[in-house]
Amino acid sequence: MYKVGVVPDIDASFLALPRQELAAAALQRARDLGATFAEFRLERIRSESISLRDSVLESAKDDEDLGLAVRVIHDGTWGFAAGVALTTDEAVSLAEQAVNMAQVSRPINAETIELADEPTYDDVTWISSYEIDPFSVPRAEKVALLTDYSDRLLKADGVAHVSVHVATIHECKYYANTAGTSYTQQRVRIGPDITAHAVAEDRFDSMSSTAPPAGRGWEYMTGTGWNWDEELAQIPAWLAEKMAAPTVEAGTYDVVVDPSNLWLTIHESIGHATELDRALGYEANYAGTSFATLDQLGTLKYGSPVMQVTGDRTAENGLSTVGYDDEGVAGQQWDLVKDGILAGYQVDRRMAKKNEDVLGTPRSNGCAYADSSGHIPIQRMANVSLQPAVDGPSTEELISRVENGIYIVGDKSWSIDMQRYNFQFTGQRFYKITDGKLEGQLRDVAYQATTTDFWGSMEAVGGPQTYVLGGALNCGKAEPGQSGAVSHGCPSALFRGVRILNTTQEAGR
Amino acid sequence: MTGIQLTPQDTIERGLALAAAEGADGCVVLVAETSSTNLRWANNTLTTNGAMRGSSVTVIATVGAGEGTAAGIIGRSSVTDDSLREIVSAAIATARAAGPAEDARPLVDGTTGADWDLEPEETSVGVYEKFAPSLGESLKRAGLERRRLYGFANHEVVTLYVGSSTGLRLRQALPRGYVSSTGKNADLSHSAWVGTATRDFTDVDALALDAELTRRLGWANRTVSVDAGRHPTILPPAAVADLMTYLFWQLDGRDAFEGRTVFSKAGGGTRLGDTLSSQPVNLHSDPALAGLEAFAFAVARSSGGSSSVFDNGLTLAATDWIRGGKLEHLMTSRYTAGLIGAPTATPDIENYVVSVDGATGSTDDLVAGLDNGLLLTCLWYIRMVDPQTLLLTGLTRDGVYLVENGEVTGAVNNFRFNESPVDLLSRFTTAGATVPSYSREWGDYFSRTATPPLLVPDFNMSSVSQAN
Repeated sequence: MYKVGVVPDIDASFLALPRQELAAAALQRARDLGATFAEFRLERIRSESISLRDSVLESAKDDEDLGLAVRVIHDGTWGFAAGVALTTDEAVSLAEQAVNMAQVSRPINAETIELADEPTYDDVTWISSYEIDPFSVPRAEKVALLTDYSDRLLKADGVAHVSVHVATIHECKYYANTAGTSYTQQRVRIGPDITAHAVAEDRFDSMSSTAPPAGRGWEYMTGTGWNWDEELAQIPAWLAEKMAAPTVEAGTYDVVVDPSNLWLTIHESIGHATELDRALGYEANYAGTSFATLDQLGTLKYGSPVMQVTGDRTAENGLSTVGYDDEGVAGQQWDLVKDGILAGYQVDRRMAKKNEDVLGTPRSNGCAYADSSGHIPIQRMANVSLQPAVDGPSTEELISRVENGIYIVGDKSWSIDMQRYNFQFTGQRFYKITDGKLEGQLRDVAYQATTTDFWGSMEAVGGPQTYVLGGALNCGKAEPGQSGAVSHGCPSALFRGVRILNTTQEAGR
Repeated sequence: MTGIQLTPQDTIERGLALAAAEGADGCVVLVAETSSTNLRWANNTLTTNGAMRGSSVTVIATVGAGEGTAAGIIGRSSVTDDSLREIVSAAIATARAAGPAEDARPLVDGTTGADWDLEPEETSVGVYEKFAPSLGESLKRAGLERRRLYGFANHEVVTLYVGSSTGLRLRQALPRGYVSSTGKNADLSHSAWVGTATRDFTDVDALALDAELTRRLGWANRTVSVDAGRHPTILPPAAVADLMTYLFWQLDGRDAFEGRTVFSKAGGGTRLGDTLSSQPVNLHSDPALAGLEAFAFAVARSSGGSSSVFDNGLTLAATDWIRGGKLEHLMTSRYTAGLIGAPTATPDIENYVVSVDGATGSTDDLVAGLDNGLLLTCLWYIRMVDPQTLLLTGLTRDGVYLVENGEVTGAVNNFRFNESPVDLLSRFTTAGATVPSYSREWGDYFSRTATPPLLVPDFNMSSVSQAN
């Protein structure tokens, strides 16, 4: 059995791997071959996926990805190689392959790669904030808990089917570079997905838990950080109300957006738009670029003056929270939007160096991340969060300011264009607001806007009492594709004059 | 880690022997050896590159559980002879602690394939021997001609070995490559895109790709604003693949049976046998399709509506999902086939072809036949809005063009669309011949598609997007 309340250590079986020996061999070989910089990662990612369907275990799988990678700068060009054999021969070979990759690539590289100078950290250790390692909990105990949660929904009137899925990840990383930084880091995260389905003669629909994924351990599933008893008791009635709800009349409405929905709008329209690699075009062929170009830093009116957005890799339980990033830079917090004006970007060491004059600082803010040893570190998203107003209003107070509007709870469908202008979102629940009061759910609702119009229409943000840390486990970016986990904190917020679509009409029905 | 690296065949033989010795009733071992190499560029210069090798071992152990059978599944990379013992033991222990699996069926019988003893195939940076120099030349040319190029080339080879306690010894190596390239004009006001799948990069010429991008960027010399609304729209094969791949992934038999998808009857049960379209449209998969070869046997590392770990190694037959507009099959495992009343299992196959009987001609031919409308390049950020109609939303990307009197006469703004691919199968008025296609949205991991261009008379552009 596991113990509660014990501060975790770095997993002993990871510490038993010859991490320093492998790193030393790889870095030395890279130096010998003329690399001006080299870094080594040894990563072990344990993951477990458990799925239940109608309270019956559908699938449970336990995976582990373990490997090593070497990245070099040779003759001003990047080279990267990754492998799986944990031997010094392999480490040396990877250094050679990385240098070879740089040599092959040199003729088509027009930019001399230079990195921002950063302090070095010698053999430091960092562990994320969690109580119970999910991998220390017996599978049967986990399945029993999820079966109980599933049963509570399945036995309720109007619930035809229940889907339950929980993903847990335990990530251990050893990093070392030729500048002298080395660290060992351990992070744990968990993502539950619980959905009740209703099927009627004329239609079907679903209602999902709004519990976000979190940088927490198994304690999250038993009630630390989320009130499962309360939410599971309410989901069937919410679903029944949605099934019977009137369809929305398309038009323009004032909306109060709950943090359980707003986090995803922040992710798509601010998080990705303030990634400097996108603004510089590095993702132009895949994830896209950004309307928030570097020449507009300090002047772009992103939103209303109540809009304060930070990037951080430090929030407790944040999915993007680290001690050190994948280039050896310490986690930190900074401004992205201040008083509604674009104030910063998310960068890595190369972009920081190349753009230090415009950015006004020669330092990286620590946003380099690779999703496994087999992938190249790229700039990935920090926790990007909308700050609440000190002494700001409650969600109910925000709703009370709306004459004819909609209160939006929970995320569902999402889509945004390649420059992060035009977005469309749906949600779990949409409540009609009339004269400051909720009047029951509507269905077939989507909201659609252009990023700066939407954030410009934000009249008020809620106080700290409305603030919730949402997030995603599976944000995709880069080629080859990489998956990233990231959190977004936000308060409830009030927006004026937002376009609401009726999705049934959009389908031509 | 200590221990000796094993060959895939040795991993499987030792794994099966260990499982038998520890009392497992059955066992399947899957070993995937993967190598890949890639080049990525932006702003006319290389940005990243890599050469990766990976290995994964999945052990599925089965044991009796009451009147049923339980499964334990453990997946690992970097397996040695020592760690294999731990993995097999863990899989058996997991199975013993689990209840009976609902999808339990006897493991698939089989024999040793003729190529079983062969080593894994692999790729290396050498696959770009011809492509890389032409890429370098195209990047230089683009710089001189004030264009910017952004793109990615990837080549990978997966060699999969599957062995079971019931005698299966299957091996298959599958190469897969693709290149995707975006061009922008000097002031970044317009962009164009080309993408193609390839098996070995011998048939990809970076200079030819750049020439096509240059042609398309030239169309933007005249720009026209077009409002949102329902427009006659030509979807080239890439855009059709963007939409039909999503439809393909909705063919889960169990989800449909339980009333959760567009392929469900009102109130529950499937729409198998229903006419989805009055037009002679077909959606077909076949692992042996030339140029689109996929794994010829079922591969499942977890169980779901359309797959089961107990079905590993099941021979995959050519399957009509939609034939002549009628829904013929949904994706099922042996278990879910029984659940929904299908006569045999029709598991997921990693390729598909959309065709329209009698359709001929190319995208250019469709353009030549259109008096006034839009020509798309591809679609992006496609997500489900309403599963009942399979209403999808997304954006046009990297080139929407105005067609007037049979010719492209300019570039127009981008749009957000809201459309159902199921509805489009009924509403298209003209189709072209089916050709290999590369989906912009999904092609990086689902590139084995062939689709026709389609003309849809009333494609729903919900709003204008400022993106360019």
